[in-house]
Amino acid sequence: MSSTSPARPRSPMAAPRSFLWARRIFLTLLTGFVLLPVYVMVSSSLKPLEDVSGTFRWLPSGLTIRPYIDIWSTVPLAQYFMNSAIVAGAATVCSVVIAVFAAYAVSRYRFRGKRVFTVTVLSTQMFPGILFLLPLFLIYVNIGNATGIALFGSRGGLILTYLTFSLPFSIWMLIGYFDSVPRDLDEAALVDGCGPLGALFRVVVPAAIPGIVAVAVYAFMTAWGEVLFASVMTNDTTRTLAVGLQGYASQTEVYWNQVMAASLVVSVPVVAGFLLLQRYLVAGLTAGAVK
Amino acid sequence: MTTTTAIAKADRRTVSGSTPGAARGPRRPGRIRRIGLPYLLLLPALVLELLVHLVPMVMGILMSFKALTRFSIRDWSAAPWSGFDNYKISVDINAPAGEALLHSFWVTCGFTVLSVGLCWLLGTATAIFLQDTFRGRGVLRTLFLVPYALPVYTAVITWAFMFQHDNGLVNHVLHDQLGLTDKPSFWLIGDNSFIALLTVSVWKGWPFAFLVVMAGLQNIPKELYEAAALDGAGMWQQIRRITLPSLRPVNQVLVLVLFLWTFNDFNTPYVLFGKAAPEAADLISIHVYQTTFATWNFGTGSAMSVLLLLFLLVVTGLYLLLTSRRRKTADV
Repeated sequence: MSSTSPARPRSPMAAPRSFLWARRIFLTLLTGFVLLPVYVMVSSSLKPLEDVSGTFRWLPSGLTIRPYIDIWSTVPLAQYFMNSAIVAGAATVCSVVIAVFAAYAVSRYRFRGKRVFTVTVLSTQMFPGILFLLPLFLIYVNIGNATGIALFGSRGGLILTYLTFSLPFSIWMLIGYFDSVPRDLDEAALVDGCGPLGALFRVVVPAAIPGIVAVAVYAFMTAWGEVLFASVMTNDTTRTLAVGLQGYASQTEVYWNQVMAASLVVSVPVVAGFLLLQRYLVAGLTAGAVK
Repeated sequence: MTTTTAIAKADRRTVSGSTPGAARGPRRPGRIRRIGLPYLLLLPALVLELLVHLVPMVMGILMSFKALTRFSIRDWSAAPWSGFDNYKISVDINAPAGEALLHSFWVTCGFTVLSVGLCWLLGTATAIFLQDTFRGRGVLRTLFLVPYALPVYTAVITWAFMFQHDNGLVNHVLHDQLGLTDKPSFWLIGDNSFIALLTVSVWKGWPFAFLVVMAGLQNIPKELYEAAALDGAGMWQQIRRITLPSLRPVNQVLVLVLFLWTFNDFNTPYVLFGKAAPEAADLISIHVYQTTFATWNFGTGSAMSVLLLLFLLVVTGLYLLLTSRRRKTADV
């Protein structure tokens, strides 16, 4: 696994044996630790129910794709999937657009209250979700009663909530990213007759695409994985995957093979998307968060 | 965070001469737009943060001073004031509520220190081991990001399955195969639940540390290593003398973020244990949730959340103060 090919060595010296052995042992153990649940998820999802109800078996007694068929009828998984996709997708798009505007203002302009703004937005990261869960629930109910706009129990309410979760980190990361785009570029655009928004969309945004992709990935994952607000603020028709996956337990038994099959189906799109785009996240972290 | 030169340039262009930032009034028609624009751009973010974070927070603080029951919660603003009663209940360590909160606080502190420490350690070691190119490096790098990419609930549900008493992998390996335990243990209730929670938390959290440290490593100039090698420093010495010290600013941000996320973590225990966590793994966020929504002590729950926020504020403030001072003295 780890024979050294000194393509771009960090130092002119070859790594000593102790280092190579430490690396081999460490990486082997870590790979096992990381892959163990993944193996359990995949193998259990292909087992008949007897296999997952009794003593754990490393190898299934018989392979079956039955769980993958049953997951769609045991709970309305397609409905939950749709809800999650709409909520996470909308929250991501809104959050990215809003973060781009805010980060552009902070990166390119000097104005009164700038420091207060950045500090306030960042400190919201610190709030325990539990502190504003109940008040937010009451606010949404009251807005609903007063205006007739159903926020509580609707996808809209969840979208609104989620997009603010990723906003602070997104703004912070984009400020760093925009700062690394040379100012001369958008100044030239301004001289050429672009408005400030023209300069933003024609020059700064294209130059900062990796950062924007990174922020979008982060926002999507945040929304796709959130549990607390999803369990309080949804009803039967708007339930997301985070809550819906708990439905595979009957009174007497948990259909673990179906749980694992559903978990896999739910995870694959996000993991694939993330792994495809992860280099942008690393690039984004380098330019933005890590300074 | 912001490039000072860029601001200085912007300054020269938008605010000519007079007090910086003070927009006293337009001298030319074009200036209104220019000075109003940043606020306009910030408006959506500001409104949303106000609506979803700041207003609820203020409401939460107000609620902590009120006697709220499940009957008065509908019209919470009309509920009677109770002064500091909710806080007294929360911090009275001789009464059940206060005693339980204190216990939960210590559990959370222990859990956070261990989880953040292990995540940092694993993340840093992995990033350093993957710094040089070798066969299989790309595969491993991708593989190690899988726990981070998996949605929290699917990862935690899988672990919950592995920790099952009768049909879980953990008991099968420890008891049936290795014979390390006399009888199959319970992992999701009793004292072992702390170990289970910690394992899941580290498994899920360390790749973030890995990502951040990996990004930080890219900023270390190669010349440093070359110079050190010329001076005869071996690999281990290079790591101790160059890599680790260079990572200090990155680590300061990383540890703070990990601390806040872990301390506030709700998803992991909630999916692992359900609405009520076992005593040994009763993290504070679950505890407050339980107080607020299961026993309908809305006022007390709010007071506990405010205390939690105050604690986080103090710790973060102290941390920032200490790290910035150290940075200053290091510069001199």
